Amino acid sequence: MTISAEEIYDDGPLYEAAKKVYPQKVSGTYRRLKWIVLWIAVGVYYILPFIRWDRGPNLPDQAVLADIAHSRFYFFFIQIWPQEVYYFTGLLILASLILFLSNALFGRVWCGYACPQTVWTDLYFWVERRIEGDRRERMKLDAAPWTADKIMKRAAKHAIWLLIALATGGAAMLYFVDAPTLMREFFTLRAPALAYIWAGILTFTTYALAGHMREQVCLYMCPWPRIQAALTDTDALNVAYRFDRGEPRMSVKDAARARAHDQAAGDCVDCLQCVAVCPTGVDIRNGPQLGCINCGLCIDACDAVMTKIKRPTRLIAYDNDENRERRMRGEANAFHPIRPRTIMYAALIVLTAGIMLYVLTTRSNSHLSVLHVRAPLYTQTAEGGIRNGYTLRFSNKLADPEDFTLEVSGIPRVTLSSVVAKPLSDGRSSVRVDPDSTLEVPVYVTTAPDVNLAASSTPLTFTVVDPKTGERNVVVDHFFGP
Amino acid sequence: MSADPVQVDKVSGQTTTGHEWDGIRELNTPLPRWWLWIFYATIAFAFVYWIFYPAWPLVGSFTPGILGHTNRAAVLQDIAFSQSVRKEMAAGLEKASLTQIEGDPKMLELALAQGKAAFGDNCTPCHGAGGQGQKGYPNLTAGRWLWGGTLDQIQTTISHGIRAPDDSDTHTSAMPAFGKDGILKAEEIRQVANYVRTLDGLGPEQGIDVAAGKKIFADNCVACHGEDGKGNIDMGSANLTTKVWLYGNDINDLIYTITNARNSTMPAWGRRLDPETIKSLAVYVHSLGGGK
Repeated sequence: MTISAEEIYDDGPLYEAAKKVYPQKVSGTYRRLKWIVLWIAVGVYYILPFIRWDRGPNLPDQAVLADIAHSRFYFFFIQIWPQEVYYFTGLLILASLILFLSNALFGRVWCGYACPQTVWTDLYFWVERRIEGDRRERMKLDAAPWTADKIMKRAAKHAIWLLIALATGGAAMLYFVDAPTLMREFFTLRAPALAYIWAGILTFTTYALAGHMREQVCLYMCPWPRIQAALTDTDALNVAYRFDRGEPRMSVKDAARARAHDQAAGDCVDCLQCVAVCPTGVDIRNGPQLGCINCGLCIDACDAVMTKIKRPTRLIAYDNDENRERRMRGEANAFHPIRPRTIMYAALIVLTAGIMLYVLTTRSNSHLSVLHVRAPLYTQTAEGGIRNGYTLRFSNKLADPEDFTLEVSGIPRVTLSSVVAKPLSDGRSSVRVDPDSTLEVPVYVTTAPDVNLAASSTPLTFTVVDPKTGERNVVVDHFFGP
Repeated sequence: MSADPVQVDKVSGQTTTGHEWDGIRELNTPLPRWWLWIFYATIAFAFVYWIFYPAWPLVGSFTPGILGHTNRAAVLQDIAFSQSVRKEMAAGLEKASLTQIEGDPKMLELALAQGKAAFGDNCTPCHGAGGQGQKGYPNLTAGRWLWGGTLDQIQTTISHGIRAPDDSDTHTSAMPAFGKDGILKAEEIRQVANYVRTLDGLGPEQGIDVAAGKKIFADNCVACHGEDGKGNIDMGSANLTTKVWLYGNDINDLIYTITNARNSTMPAWGRRLDPETIKSLAVYVHSLGGGK
């Protein structure tokens, strides 16, 4: 088929109009599973900020809290300071590896069941269906003129959508400040303006993405379908139309007639139920495609039809190319969850998780950093000694004030002086650092007048000990001289 | 090109754009409509921006926009805000004595931070970024002070300056220009300069009568610098026995100093900075390692 160039260039559309999708109600195994995952996901989202976790009197007791104002992140026993943000990198690596593994086993199940876009869109579909009715009623309502009934239905739908959006956007704020306090302040209009602004922004995005954008997010915005296409293989289970069994499509009567005459007849009766229930509006019988989020609702729809016409179910099923070829050879289906790819992903997950766990459990509660004062690099004192300045920064990650002892070694008979550190009787110094904070301590190290330094740069060791926890921080810097 | 027949791709059912490279044809995949709308919305946004914000250059100026926004005003507002915050934080420093500030960890932290910033803004050009000084500008880290190195003495010096013409309480003292004013002859100056170097343990030049220099010192210098050459912080006379020299201990530097006198100056910062800043500066300078 050829079309003349003029037809395309002169009249071709500048854009692709979105085809409105009216997913039909469906019930079955995967629909049930989707509801369970939905309620777990929504439940976790709302309950998590209210879980308490005791960290002592000076720290917040919210289990999961991104405390932007004080630049701390809390996750149960984990507490992360801004300079430790690389822990997030580890979490992100872990999350992607788990996503890859789930993809190697069951394709895009994340998209179909757990992705917030799917969960909230599903919730919005449910509201829409309760108010405007199922697929046919909704199509009819869309085409109908604006009567009072239509206005009422539309107003109710959007009002409830907005309420859900507000509850979603508002709840996101609970992860950034103390949740019960914010709840009180939010509804008594005493919360900070920023909380309302962000709740407003997230309300808008939830309403727009789950209410209006829907499958467009998956088709045009999300990078995962593109990446996933490059990651998948012939063993991963994807929702697939078993065309080896389904083709050629024909009605039940035609099939009976064809079979009576020993002609080929497929099980697919072309009822289009799989298309009607699809939340992204694809026809799964066209094979694996970008729009398919692997949710399995078409399996439920097809199974219902197959049961009704007394044919075996799972004409559409979680399947792979491997199995199709086996069936065509007359062999039974086989699924290989354990294969080099999944073993490698699992090993990487265990490795990453192991490293993360080790690093987090052995994370020290204190830290010392030493910065040599560059100007002046050294000073000749009036008494004749050489003096070097250092800026020490102590970090105390515990919930109590800690008294650290500071000791300097590496050069004989040096004295340490500082306005912040207090000298102890044994020659060491003591530095008190407030709970959950850092302290800058300017320190001067001076040699005795008669000491001759062997080199212009001598290693100098700062040792900081927390006597309460026994934790040691040792930093080697340099002492400069003429 | 318009004469080329445009084909429909068999696999996807999509039309092609007619662009072809080595037999591969580009599918025609238009943007979704909402995407196009967002693109138009950004264009509309530009018009709105022109109305509200400074946008178009004119010959000598620019269109100001009806909000009257300028970056400079925004910066000034930010500065005013941070100054008000700082004022609030520094309120405690105003009442406390310098010793109290140094003894209280919270006030000390604030004073050091504020002092460091003020030092960088005001003192660094002469005294160096870390207070190390340079020739003619005292090293504040070495523990040698012309006018005293205690907290209070440092505060006084910063507030009133040294030989500051606009402050009646300023530190004043004047070393005579022994050579220029004809008090000593060049030979005598060389002798006394060599003697002064011995006070710091430095050897004299060959063939110089150090004893004569000592006599000249006793006759002319002890009134201010003391018999032992240790100076006197009440009159700002230098201690000549330390390793630290404001104008250097090279013999020629010393001869120049004795011949012409130096008598350098420092501004009275009390006239330019508020009392809390002066206090913070005193605490900071005292903390630089040389404080007494």
